[in-house]
Amino acid sequence: MNSFTLQNSINKKYQYLLSLLIIIILSTIIFIFYNYIAYEVSFILLFSALYIYIFLDIFPAIVATILAGMAWDLLFFKPHFLFDLHKIENVITILVLFIIGLINGIIITKIKKIKKRQFVERSLGQTVKFYDTLLNSLSHELRTPISVIVGATDNLLQQDIKISDSDKNNLLQEISIASLRLNRQVENLLNTSRLQSGFLQLKKDWCDINELIHHIIFQLTDQLKDHVVNVSIKKDSLVVKIDHGLIEQVLFNLINNAAQHTAVHSVISIVADYIDEKLVLIIEDNGKGFPAEEINQVFNKFYRSQNSTTVGLGLGLSIVKGFVEVQDGSIELHRSIPTGTIFIIKIPAESISPKTTEDE
Amino acid sequence: MNNTEILVIDDEIQIRKLLEITLQSSGYGVVKANTAKEGLAAAAVSTSDLIILDLGLPDENGQIVLKKLREWYVKPVIILSVKNNEDDIVSALDNGANDYLIKPFRTAELLARIRSVLRNSTVSQDVPAIKYEDFEINFSTRSIIMNNAPVKFTTTQYELLTLFVKNEGKVLTHQYILGEIWGADYITQSQYLRVFVAQLRKKIEKNPNKPTYIITESGVGYRFVAKEIE
Repeated sequence: MNSFTLQNSINKKYQYLLSLLIIIILSTIIFIFYNYIAYEVSFILLFSALYIYIFLDIFPAIVATILAGMAWDLLFFKPHFLFDLHKIENVITILVLFIIGLINGIIITKIKKIKKRQFVERSLGQTVKFYDTLLNSLSHELRTPISVIVGATDNLLQQDIKISDSDKNNLLQEISIASLRLNRQVENLLNTSRLQSGFLQLKKDWCDINELIHHIIFQLTDQLKDHVVNVSIKKDSLVVKIDHGLIEQVLFNLINNAAQHTAVHSVISIVADYIDEKLVLIIEDNGKGFPAEEINQVFNKFYRSQNSTTVGLGLGLSIVKGFVEVQDGSIELHRSIPTGTIFIIKIPAESISPKTTEDE
Repeated sequence: MNNTEILVIDDEIQIRKLLEITLQSSGYGVVKANTAKEGLAAAAVSTSDLIILDLGLPDENGQIVLKKLREWYVKPVIILSVKNNEDDIVSALDNGANDYLIKPFRTAELLARIRSVLRNSTVSQDVPAIKYEDFEINFSTRSIIMNNAPVKFTTTQYELLTLFVKNEGKVLTHQYILGEIWGADYITQSQYLRVFVAQLRKKIEKNPNKPTYIITESGVGYRFVAKEIE
């Protein structure tokens, strides 16, 4: 894999240049010390250059081998600086050199090909696995609300059965809930593919963190109605330059998660601060917390806790991590004492200076 | 209300159907068009008082349709689109849309927006004072009265609130507000705006964290929503 990528990174043109340089440098060094070493040793030394061939393609490798043979003949055989191919042993030496170079080149090329294929197969395998998991959870997560909508509308459209007004109302409620759930899942999928595509463009703008947090809590009014929510903003006016759409999604997913996975009357606390030119967001709950053995997996795509009973695609936390990291931020997960979960997010961001907040 | 006619330009038959049912049951007349070409033609011949325009039409970009409409059509246009990209929304507002709504939308919300833009296009704001539930703004004395006593507002705070009040129900983009209050050099300095909006909310909102007067339109701007009282 390493040689494969390294070889890719060296341009063909430079490969020839590199082989020429190596032979010249090595020959010069050996030539300087020639009087102190036997000529067999110089042969071996010159051949050590062949190690570098791992990084070369087959043709530059062969060129390098021929160059090495010529250099050896020119420099270390009397008469010096003259090609002398009359002696049969010189011809054999160069021939041997050439064959060794050729074999070397062929073997290395084959190894590189195998490694390349393995690399492609591995990434293909991961992609296939990703889409398998995606399709499995998709068919469940999307079909459930669709079934509700289809079933409920069928009931409502039935002419021959009389449905009471309260039942009618219940069915309509179910359709409404299922549609919103579908919309949310589509949102998650779109966000995941935005991250997956690598084309996510940051749109940074000034954002009042206090307003943002309360806006999200307002959006989650229904989900949070049985929870205690504490918000603490550590600065008087926390206005920072960030991609508010991404941060909103991050906080929404984390607070929504906390609401879904903790018992009624659990406490969710949200703290925002600005430390060392970073926006710091801490979301803590006193629920059961993640099982210790699952801590490393929570940010993986399609992660669903073993003892979770709620629905979901398992994309929420992977989106959280992706959206934080795409802004050069970091996210940590800790277990709270005695129980619960703490998420700590740090994102580098420009902040408004307190002076500009004063009016005339 | 019964004479009000709305032109719906949308290529999705289901959306047209839904809008037709929703609008007709609220007493509006409905004219439908499913392409940009048909829409522009219908706008020219019909007597529609409002246009609901989709941005993703098959034959032409909705932003261009909007620009073409605005060359002569002066009545309200509401954008209804699946595009939730803030840049698209801001350019639609810049191109002359009165309001926008993202699909999927709540029909109650759509009806409220329609009422609001129709009201704004008919009622003149040329009044000496406006009274709301929690405060009263007097344009002639440049003062704000809360609980029967004048409250101190800085010049910027007063101008910002006046701008909101005079555009009741309408989305004002950050750039527009900054240009109006601070001047053209400040249209990128939206951090000032966040701070002043927070200050205004602290003064006029019952709960500044759950604002009911100054509503944030995420990434786009603000909308002032309030019922005037006599």
